[in-house]
Amino acid sequence: MKYLACLITLAATPALADEAWVTNEKDNTISVIDIATQEVTRTIETGERPRGITFSKDFSRVYICASDSNTVQVMNPETGEILNDLPSGEDPEQFVLHPDDRHLYIANENDAVTTVVDVQDRKVVAQIDVGIEPEGMAVSPDGKVAIATSETTSMAHWIDTATHQLFANTLVDSRPRHAEFTADGAQLWVSAEIGGTITVFTTADQAEVGKVHFAIPGVNQDLIQPVGFRFSPDGTKAYVALGPANHVAVVNTQTLEVEKYILVGRRVWHLAFSPDNSLIFTTNGVSGDVTVIDAATDEPVKSIKVGRFPWGVAMRPTPAN
Amino acid sequence: MSARLIALRAILLREALRFTQQRSRFIAALVRPLVWLFVFAAGFRAALGLSITPPYQTYITYETYILPGLCGMICLFNGMQSSLSLVYDREMGAMRLLLTSPLPRWWLLFAKLIAGAVVAVLQCVAFLGIAAIYGIRLPLVGYLAILPAILIAALMLGALGLLLSSRIRQLENFAGVMNFVIFPVFFLSSALYPLWKMREAGPLLADLCALNPFTQAVELIRFAAYGQANLPALGWTVLAFVLFAALGVRGYDPGRGLTKSKG
Repeated sequence: MKYLACLITLAATPALADEAWVTNEKDNTISVIDIATQEVTRTIETGERPRGITFSKDFSRVYICASDSNTVQVMNPETGEILNDLPSGEDPEQFVLHPDDRHLYIANENDAVTTVVDVQDRKVVAQIDVGIEPEGMAVSPDGKVAIATSETTSMAHWIDTATHQLFANTLVDSRPRHAEFTADGAQLWVSAEIGGTITVFTTADQAEVGKVHFAIPGVNQDLIQPVGFRFSPDGTKAYVALGPANHVAVVNTQTLEVEKYILVGRRVWHLAFSPDNSLIFTTNGVSGDVTVIDAATDEPVKSIKVGRFPWGVAMRPTPAN
Repeated sequence: MSARLIALRAILLREALRFTQQRSRFIAALVRPLVWLFVFAAGFRAALGLSITPPYQTYITYETYILPGLCGMICLFNGMQSSLSLVYDREMGAMRLLLTSPLPRWWLLFAKLIAGAVVAVLQCVAFLGIAAIYGIRLPLVGYLAILPAILIAALMLGALGLLLSSRIRQLENFAGVMNFVIFPVFFLSSALYPLWKMREAGPLLADLCALNPFTQAVELIRFAAYGQANLPALGWTVLAFVLFAALGVRGYDPGRGLTKSKG
């Protein structure tokens, strides 16, 4: 009887494993990948066209940009149940959670605004006019600066998070898609999809300090479209998804030179490190899979089928007991 | 040591001696697949990656895809070369001498096959080493697992060569047979392109490729290169080896084969 009780308890307990959560833009679902087994263990329904995805600091909630439902959904990651919707403004595509764990900065592509939402009160705190078709969102590690990149205006807009006012606009190359601060907050990197570059700024004076260029032998330059990227935990490398070029570039953050190109699936869009930083998961939109890269060797090890047009990816570590 | 083992050792040593002394043969055996790898595969580079088919777990470049096929190519040419040397030996006398020994003929031919297969394995090891320096690498376990697979493939293709050599009377005829055997066997296989690609071109072509024992040998090598056993490919390759070897030995039977026809 005791064994039976143990078995029932085990069966009722959610699997204790690090997970990668992947939004499938055309399936209106999230694929949950068990990082240890590298297999999809759950598929959870969401609102229409899920794209941006991020977890709360304690991983008790997951926020999902349901772009065509014009909302940000808040989900219980244990049960997959939608807890509530947030007033996100129209067509939310990407967002970033402020280090205070309370404010979401959301890019509203169709309205040319950035919406700031208080996730506790579920209220819009501010709407900030930015350039046309905002997409990339970032917040500095100290939480003082938020960035919105506008695809059509080709700018990075610098927002003072205390006043919710723009205090600088900096030009980047055509169609900026994604922005990230370095871990120390000293630099801001912005990728430009059509321009095919990443522009690097110093945060203190918003001055451009360099550009990253890409070239893959045998691949037409037009196909090289940098989109999502992440810094390695030690800050020495940046991994850049190159869209229809089907490669991830490994960039030396000191020299801004590309050290390696890693072959992944078709139209690689975003990527994320596993919680233990040993693996990188890339979302490959057209091939409908996620490529796993060994971060120690920078070699691709496996591609895992998920839903149609995977877009964003966020990591959920093993729940602490 | 029994007489059979002495004979086996002698034939192995003779083949090893040839292998080490005929440097041009060794270089030629390496240059052929290297040209395919560095020139042909570069042209078909598929920089955007090939679709995932087993045993591959993710997207690969064309160079990675054809590596096992080129190991198969080394075995194929080595098998044919070995059979060419059989015809030569038979014409020039060395083989005649060997076949007059009191040991069973099948054993002598089998020893010859083993010796040829070991040479093929050595050539493949050198080829894989150069490919690794160039940056086309296998998983570590693959470098071990691929060796027996190459040996089996080389034995099967050596047996095919043995069968052919048992049917050829003169050295001059050999070039024609090479053209009629090597090219169809190599191109109608999965060495250069995956079977699904052939199926797109036509189901008949894909079926012919699947039936080709060389395809099975290449797939055996391909799966072994990634630490996996492809049992159907192994079964078909072994079956083809048994069949070719039996027919080849029968061809060398004085009562039935060439010796009889020469009177």
